[in-house]
This record gives sequence, structure tokens and C-alpha cells, in this order.
Amino acid sequence: MTIIEISSTWAFLVPPNWNLPILPPLRIGSAPLMRFYEFEARQIVELAGIPVTKYGFCKTADEARQAAEEIGGPVVIKSQVLSGGRMKAGGVKFADTPDEAAAHAEDILQLEINGQMPRGVLVDPKAEVKQEYYASVVWDGTAKKPLMLFSDMGGIDIEEVAETHPDHVGKGHVTNLMPIPDFEAKQTIAATGVTGSQLNRATPILAKLARLFRDYDMTLAEINPLAELTDGSFVALDAHMEMENEAVGRQKVLLRKQLEIAEDDTRETYEPSEFERNVAAIDAADHRGVIQGKDHGFSGNLGLVIGAGGGSLTLTDAVRSQNGRPANYSEIGGNPSVAKACGLAKEVLEKDGVEKIAVMMSIVSNTRVDIVARGVIKACLELDKDPAETIAIFRIPGAWEDEGFKILDRYGVEYCDRSVSMWEAAGRAVAKIQGEAASA
Amino acid sequence: MAKKLNKVFIDVEVDPSVAGDVALAAKLEEVCPVNIFKGTESGVEIVEENLDECVLCKLCLEAAPAGTVHVRKLYDGTELS
Repeated sequence: MTIIEISSTWAFLVPPNWNLPILPPLRIGSAPLMRFYEFEARQIVELAGIPVTKYGFCKTADEARQAAEEIGGPVVIKSQVLSGGRMKAGGVKFADTPDEAAAHAEDILQLEINGQMPRGVLVDPKAEVKQEYYASVVWDGTAKKPLMLFSDMGGIDIEEVAETHPDHVGKGHVTNLMPIPDFEAKQTIAATGVTGSQLNRATPILAKLARLFRDYDMTLAEINPLAELTDGSFVALDAHMEMENEAVGRQKVLLRKQLEIAEDDTRETYEPSEFERNVAAIDAADHRGVIQGKDHGFSGNLGLVIGAGGGSLTLTDAVRSQNGRPANYSEIGGNPSVAKACGLAKEVLEKDGVEKIAVMMSIVSNTRVDIVARGVIKACLELDKDPAETIAIFRIPGAWEDEGFKILDRYGVEYCDRSVSMWEAAGRAVAKIQGEAASA
Repeated sequence: MAKKLNKVFIDVEVDPSVAGDVALAAKLEEVCPVNIFKGTESGVEIVEENLDECVLCKLCLEAAPAGTVHVRKLYDGTELS
């Protein structure tokens, strides 16, 4: 199975027989989750009562020197960016003295990693580790419950451990409806063969992590590595947290007061494109219906005006899986106005490289087919394009479809009803655009 | 584009015999969910840019005396009744 990742909360599995030719991991969406810097994740872990080593978050080299002095001994200086690959990019350095820590901090603070300048640096002690463990809680979308994971092989990629040493990964679901007892965490840890004082010390940490996950509406709460130090104590050496974006409004105490994250600090993974900004502005200007448009990572020739109950995800994948090249991702629904449907279609049509658009949805009950038909045809006409040539396929079955089909008939647009699957409709659009390219 | 295609889908017309009726104008403005009618001191005005938003709800037909408001679907040549 291949995982198509639209966001942390939107991902779907593609059967192997779909034979995907060009499918790098695909992330679409504006900050579908609230991501945290490592120093913030550390604070969250601390707030939950999980022990951490002494650390310092610093915005200047002088602050880093001071933090290193307070910690005492060798330290690690880590760039605070919302991106992986820090070590490889030179964003993680070791220092034996405070002066060396300051010098490294100076360099790291000016180092751009994957297009991001660091928010600061984290100064951590080089801990004397006896053994590294892994502890996390993730949302299991299939079971619809949080899932605790624990491994006695920490510090490395947990997916790799699960594949090569499945007996070293303990798993246990917890419920969101009842208090989370320590014994459930203990069972999860014990499944990996951990016993004795290690089991007793790790248990409250995993249980607290599970409570933290639930109480703060996380989609991921991970400690890796969870270290057993030479004195036998357990501390979280590194943590990674992601919060469900929809929960941001109700987690104001944590976000605004405890972590002091500004309201406009949305943690976008990239600067929205002109297309994305324009679509958002069209959506904001009219309360009727909802539209979204994303083109980050897309450069194809087939514009997509798509939506309806997971339809956007399915249709984007159906186009890609049939060798189509989408120019964008979009979502339209909630009974948009003609102006809104027109606005989205115009933005898609005006993107560089777009030759045709495919207007496709699942089956709609709360969006009128005739209204969307008017909108997309109007977009073509206002851009001086022939709808019959520009709209590769119109497949929106549902409310007022007979009226919609009359409009499509009038303008010569190819359309189909629910007897044609989304997959087939996507295939027709791809065939049409590829057929024209071949004959050109 | 070779052929000339209509960029407007809906046409709405208020009979001149009632177009100056201020009370009717206010009523039409109130009932239309997509603001096609605007009540003024001199009667009813049609808001051209909202015509295509018409949802064919017929509320305007019900609010006005029979046969005085006409809603035409330009794409199939029919009129709401």
C-alpha cells in the first residue's frame, strides 16, 4: 500500500494495483496541524510532568554561552527550525566550552535550513546515556483511538524498528472517554520485554505522554530518545509534538500563555502562492460555500476544480494515478455562489501551464450542480475561452443536476452523471488533455 | 473563440406597470436571497451583477402580482412560472 499524505490528518491508502507512476509524498493544505519547535515540545513535555534535562532556548550567541555555562560540561547546539535534516545541514553542533557554544550558536543562527531561518537555538547537555528508548502516542484513524507505542530501541526511526524488530515495539490503545491508567502504559512497555526498575520508571512517562496527547489535542506526541541515564533516571532528550489544527482555538492557555505563541504564528510550511492567496481572498469575500486552492508542489497542465466529501483527495489521486498532471489541488463545496465557483475556476485557468480544467466532485447534496456549472462556464467566457474546449470533463452528480446538464448542453461541455465513476471521469480528462498534446 | 456565447445565464424583468411600486420594490428586495432586486425611492432596480446568482426559487414570482416579474433561463429559453 502507498500512503498519499495530504496532511497529517488527511492521508489515504492506495491499493498496489493502482500502479502509481509518479507519486512522491504529497502534502497539501495550509497548516493542517499546529507544529511545534523542539524547544516548545520540550516545554510541553515538562508541563506534563515528564522529566527533561536542563536546557536553554537562546536567540543570541551570548544567551547560548550563558546557557552552556549554567548547564556545565559539553553541550549540543541545535537549530530551531520546523524542518528535518538539521544535522545534515549543519544545524546541530557539539561544544565542549561555553565560548565554543557561543561560536556555534552564532553560525547556526545565520544558517538557513530548507528555506527557514531558525527561531533560535536549543542548548542541551550531552547526556550520559545508558540506554535509549522510544515512546509516542499517535492517533489511530482506523481504531479511532490514541495508540501508545514504546520501544527499547530508541534514538532511531521507529518505522525501521517496527519493520526489522517488531518484537521490540509495544503497542496499546487508550480511550479518550475514560481516565488513562498507568497499567495500560505498563502493559505496552512490558510487551517489549522491559522489566524491573526500567519498567517502573518508564511507565509513568508513557502514561503522562498519553494524557498529554489527549488533553492537548495532539495528533502526535513523541519522545525519541527517551533516555535512561547512567544514574538510572529517565529523561526526555528530544520531543516532537503536533497538535490538531482545529483544536488551536481551545488550547489558548497552552499556546498563548504557556508557550507564548502569537496568534498570527500559524506555522505555515511555506509561503502561500499568489494562486493560494487569491483563492483564499475570494473565499473570504463571500460567505456562501467554501473554496480552497493549493498549488504548492504542482506544475501540471490539468487544472482541478474538485470537491465533495473526500472527492478532492480521491480525484487528485485518480488523475495522478492515470498519468495525469494536476496543476493544483482544490476543494469546492457547501453550495458556493456562482461568483465563488467562477472565481476559483478563473484562478485555476490563469495558472501557468494550465490547458484545461476538470470539474469533478463525488455526489453532492448540499451544492447545486447548476450553480457550479454556471460558475465554471462563466470563468471560461470571462477569460475568452470556449467552455467546450476548456472544460475537459464535468462530473458533478447531485442536487439540480438536470438543470446543470441543460447549461452544459447549451455550451457544449462534456459531462457525465453518477453512472460514470470518479476514476473514469478523471481518466477521460487525462485522456483528453494527453490526446491533444499527442496530436499537437 | 469563434462562436459568440452568452456570458449571462439568467434574465429578470419587472413589468413597467409595477416597477415604480415602492412597496413591491421593498418586498422583492426582502424576499430575493441573492439580492437581484434593489428597492429605491423610484421603485425597483435590477442588480445586473447578481443576475447569475438566481437560484430559481420563485420567491419573487410569489411576492409580485401574477405575471409582473419574469425570470428567464437564457440557456434553455424557458421562463419560470
